[in-house]
Amino acid sequence: MAALVMLPITVILLSWGTAETAIWQHLIETQLGRLLRNTLLLVFGVGVCVTLLGVSLAWLTAMCDFPGRRWLDWALMLPLAVPSYVLAFVALGLLSYSGPVQTLWRDTFGVGVWFPNVRGPGGVIFVLSMVLYPYVYMLARGALLSQGRGLMDAAQLLGRNHIKSFLLVALPMARPAIAAGVSLALMETLADFGAVSIFNYDTFTTAIYKSWFGFFSLTAAAQLASLLLLFVGLALIAEQRARGNGRFHQQAKRKRVGFKLRGWRGLLASAYCFSVVLLAFAVPVGQLLFWAFETAATDIGPRFWGLVEHTFLLGVMAACALLTMALLVAYGQRLKGHHHGGYLERLAGMGYALPGSVLAVGIMTAFAYFDRALINPFQVFLGLTPSQVLVGSVGALLAAYVIRFFSVAYGPVHSSLERIRPSYQEAAQMLGASKFEVLKRVYLPLLTPGLLSALLLVLVDTMKEMPATLLLRPFGWDTLAVRIYEMTSEGEWQRAALPALVLVLISIPPVIIMIRRSRA
Amino acid sequence: MKGNPIAGSVRALVALVSLFLLVACGENSPPSGADAEPSITVYSSRKEHLIKPLFDLYTAKTGVAIRYITDSAGPLIARLEAEGASTPADILMTVDAGNLWQAAEQGLFRNLESPTLSSNIPAHLRSESNQWFGLSIRARTIVYATNKLSADELSTYEDLADPKWQARLCLRTSKKVYNQSLVATMISSLGEAQAEGIVAGWVANLATDPFSSDTTMMEAIAAGQCDLGIANTYYFGRMKKADPSLNLALFWPNQSDRGVHINISGAGVTTHAKRPEAAQALLEWLSSPEAQGQLAELNQEFPANPLVKASEEILAWGDFKADKVNVEAAGRLQAAAVRLMDRVDYR
Repeated sequence: MAALVMLPITVILLSWGTAETAIWQHLIETQLGRLLRNTLLLVFGVGVCVTLLGVSLAWLTAMCDFPGRRWLDWALMLPLAVPSYVLAFVALGLLSYSGPVQTLWRDTFGVGVWFPNVRGPGGVIFVLSMVLYPYVYMLARGALLSQGRGLMDAAQLLGRNHIKSFLLVALPMARPAIAAGVSLALMETLADFGAVSIFNYDTFTTAIYKSWFGFFSLTAAAQLASLLLLFVGLALIAEQRARGNGRFHQQAKRKRVGFKLRGWRGLLASAYCFSVVLLAFAVPVGQLLFWAFETAATDIGPRFWGLVEHTFLLGVMAACALLTMALLVAYGQRLKGHHHGGYLERLAGMGYALPGSVLAVGIMTAFAYFDRALINPFQVFLGLTPSQVLVGSVGALLAAYVIRFFSVAYGPVHSSLERIRPSYQEAAQMLGASKFEVLKRVYLPLLTPGLLSALLLVLVDTMKEMPATLLLRPFGWDTLAVRIYEMTSEGEWQRAALPALVLVLISIPPVIIMIRRSRA
Repeated sequence: MKGNPIAGSVRALVALVSLFLLVACGENSPPSGADAEPSITVYSSRKEHLIKPLFDLYTAKTGVAIRYITDSAGPLIARLEAEGASTPADILMTVDAGNLWQAAEQGLFRNLESPTLSSNIPAHLRSESNQWFGLSIRARTIVYATNKLSADELSTYEDLADPKWQARLCLRTSKKVYNQSLVATMISSLGEAQAEGIVAGWVANLATDPFSSDTTMMEAIAAGQCDLGIANTYYFGRMKKADPSLNLALFWPNQSDRGVHINISGAGVTTHAKRPEAAQALLEWLSSPEAQGQLAELNQEFPANPLVKASEEILAWGDFKADKVNVEAAGRLQAAAVRLMDRVDYR
């Protein structure tokens, strides 16, 4: 498994075999300082925002009761289905100088009255935080729910108030899950190209693309990408060190805390959650709906349903493959007694922080090499005409998804596995259960919420995935994301709205199912 | 613990995945025997809705099936290179001459001996060794707000660097290849030092940070954030089509010297094409009067074949003199253009 995930990374590291002195010198002289500043600012800003948003929302919906909690509970997950580039475009469309908000502002207060610069760093941080906080929310919520109320009760008996007992007991217990969520969000921030390019905000990732498309140097692009990897690797190791050797095990029987927020506090909590759903989901989807109505008549047809079918089929296949792999790897680690996962698994997950196209090219290069070096000679030996077997097959595309999203599936599976007491396994084994039986009869039932989270995350992520799908899809296997790319890259945002809307809609049922199940 | 839903569904799904893989591999295995139904494979960075109508027409006419995948030029070129001799692609089609030049540089195109293509496509719109051919033309020209300016205040691209445009100019990001090609051709005709001075002047005149697309830039001009900018003609055409009363107009600069900067979309037959003759026939048809009109009209562009007239809508923009520098210059000098724009802090 790790070998599979390492493939594209190896291809990328091999780029150091060729020197690109001129490009590097140019980058260092003119760009690098600003790129690093911009990237660090973005990572820091998004990191703080998603942590605050995700944890506070998870605390409210998991531990408290307030008006509207039952539906806000799942509605807060919905922004996960909104691709970052869609929110970026809608936000700029509404808030930029030519948009309705500023036009109204000028009509009311006159031309030249100050308005915040929405195209600056603040705007990008806002958009990415709104799209990425669900990772933290979902994982933190799952962890808080599975803690149950026993510990909180104990803390309160010892004289702590609700807030204190949350900060001192529940929060540290949920730390592995929160850390997993934040690192997913940050890796996606580093890899993001859609939103930052719509804002024309230069980051490390835009520099990678510039080296590739502007200087025609895939080598320099890969070298920059490997620096990004190094950065992520160091961050992951630091995170792991900081976590120390603490172990976190959950109680078997869970009961919601249900701390009642009454009066204005309850209303404030509702208003807070509601405004997040409004900004991150309702407004962009409303805009999409508006556009989609204009184009639906001409664009819906058998071809369109074909796109929907391919999207869903690929999403389901990839999600299952990923979940199986993540479970086996995490369980394997546990049997070996590594509680935080080996370095190899950590390394494997880093692929997620690579810009999609660079990773996709790495994967494609590796598969094309196998085609040429192994399969074609074999075909010739058998008397067949040499042809592509791996590149452009469904199998290769699925493998690409597995490589790209492994850490998304692995994070929740691993962190919920961490919270299960090893004594359960020991007990089961003493009762004569085999390793497989332990997995099936002890772990799987306990892992259900974590597995569902992982399933949902990777399903939605693969359906949204663009660069690998574009490069590796078999002929005719166009998906909704491919259609969105074709329209947005031509600047036809209105016609991209319909596929984007459908993509959001097919992601909603899995969200609701997952939240329902985890309430039980 | 009977009937655990997860264990059950995981097992079912694993079975499902294996089944799909089998089916998919079956679908994908090459047709036995070389003379299965004739088909051409195209890698295209020109988008599906701009090529499919023509491909369908060709298939209906000749019975030759065409299959294609679309992606950006960069990944498609990388894929062609990685696939080498086993590539299924017969034709690579991209927008922007720089991308075509780059593909030729990497040896991905073959030379074509085609009197038809050579006579249909003018020399400055194809590679010198006849490896790739322009199929449609777009001009990158000045767009201005009609309520703020009149055409006689405008003259050349160079003039936009004049301090009189201080805080009145809008530009798209330098990361877009269209701006890189524009600056590359300026380097080619004016020399690097002069071009750098001009681009620095543009940057000094900017009313706001560069935009990520021509369309949002033109919206800002229409809304009054700035007075003028540089955009591709077809984006302008689309906006005007949606709202004919929009307060924007085109201006053709440099009419008394080198002419308006133009770029192309184009294609070539790949080095390792499996059906080079059929691929060449398709390109020849695409350059013919029969296909050229529709090819250009689909995206509100100008036909590359000079014998074919542009659509009525486009002719209404008025005639202009185009820069005759070979579009290959865009590729050759693209890296220099990117470095130049970085030096003057054009983002």
